[in-house]
Amino acid sequence: MVQKLDYLKETPSQTAGPYVHIGLAPGAAGFEIYDHELGQDIAGPNAKGERIRVEGTVIDGTGSPVKDALIEVWQANSEGYYSHPEGGGPVEEGFRGWGRVITDFDTGEWAFDTVKPGRAQGRDVGIQAPHINLWIVARGINIGLNTRLYFDDEDEANAADPVLNIIEWECRRATLIAKRSEGTSPQVYRFDIRLQGEDETVFFDI
Amino acid sequence: MKSKGEYYQRDREWQPPALTPDYKTSVSRSPRYAMISLQNSISEITGPTFGHNDVDPIDNDLLRNYAYSEQSPIGERIIVHGRVLDENARPVPNTLVEVWQANAGGRYRHKKDTYLAPIDPNFGGCGRTLTDENGYYFFRTVKPGAYPWRNWVNNWRPAHIHVSVFGVAFAQRLITQLYFEGDPLLDKCPIVKALPTQDARDSLIAALDLNATVPLDSIAYKFDIILRGRRSTLFENRLEGN
Ligand SMILES: [Fe+3]
Repeated sequence: MVQKLDYLKETPSQTAGPYVHIGLAPGAAGFEIYDHELGQDIAGPNAKGERIRVEGTVIDGTGSPVKDALIEVWQANSEGYYSHPEGGGPVEEGFRGWGRVITDFDTGEWAFDTVKPGRAQGRDVGIQAPHINLWIVARGINIGLNTRLYFDDEDEANAADPVLNIIEWECRRATLIAKRSEGTSPQVYRFDIRLQGEDETVFFDI
Repeated sequence: MKSKGEYYQRDREWQPPALTPDYKTSVSRSPRYAMISLQNSISEITGPTFGHNDVDPIDNDLLRNYAYSEQSPIGERIIVHGRVLDENARPVPNTLVEVWQANAGGRYRHKKDTYLAPIDPNFGGCGRTLTDENGYYFFRTVKPGAYPWRNWVNNWRPAHIHVSVFGVAFAQRLITQLYFEGDPLLDKCPIVKALPTQDARDSLIAALDLNATVPLDSIAYKFDIILRGRRSTLFENRLEGN
């Protein structure tokens, strides 16, 4: 027998279930309990940069919208800094870079307002293209799914992005690119997340 | 001071796979392509942080946080307590823990729950708290009831509390469910059985903790939560600000 390693095992994940709103968005479940719900304001009033809205749906393997999902958002500010002790630099007062949204019970549509993130540093060399990190939970999802949203008006940065570039199948990279709508104010980007099937979104094991 | 590196890879043989056909909803909601494995960048080692402005002291007391004054919810009064640790067994202080659950009859306060057990006027069913400097947390609540759900026609969820935890990095984000020692429904639940090993299933069962009860008031269960640990070595090229 060899010596025992004394690491603990990560707590196993379980689905958030259909009633995730009770815990994480009780207003949507149909009752008021907290003075303020968390994750409602991603950028705050002082954030610099371009104000944008991101909207989309979550679609399952049958092509149907998922109407009980919750998505968490994690992003850098317009300078590419995260609101975190190791975030790379200072952020504006009130900028959290974190939020949560739910899919509409009837339509499955979700949307959030924020500022467009800047370019954060890369892991080794270089710099990452502007992106928003997303984490998706729902009934039927046993462990939260991580993905990234990039922007279709950042071709040059996207082409050099170290994460997009490790996706071997170039055709699948397009599943991570949000599409800019024309003539909207604030600027709207569309990002549909496909859990399965043709054009399945790329998910990351981070 | 030694800087820290990335998080230990998630053990995908310990965590549930996406596709677990006996849990039917997973069939159309599970990705079929392999995930792309990503070494951590600044986007993954950072994550939201929370403070005492975000939560009220009463938020962790489900016996009181939705009850009419002088009233309390019906059911077994319980304390759920434990620590949030990482895989290196170090406490995770000041991290947000959120819970939600059915009432003692197995009914959720949710506009989509139509189970015939009644809503309890004194029970909301959600709570939140920050761990203290030692990673310790506790909630007061009532023990949730088992409830039926549409999977096979006769599926009943074992009594459980949903638990959401953040840690300090987006890579540590976790949602799970806490179960109770001795529940005969545990071995029959397709959601519990989404976990591939008995050891993993057992690690979600809170233990009856008689030492932490409040005599003549509340029974206690202990539930430690383990988040991913982190290497103590540097990134290959040092991240600025690290
Ligand atoms: Fe439940």
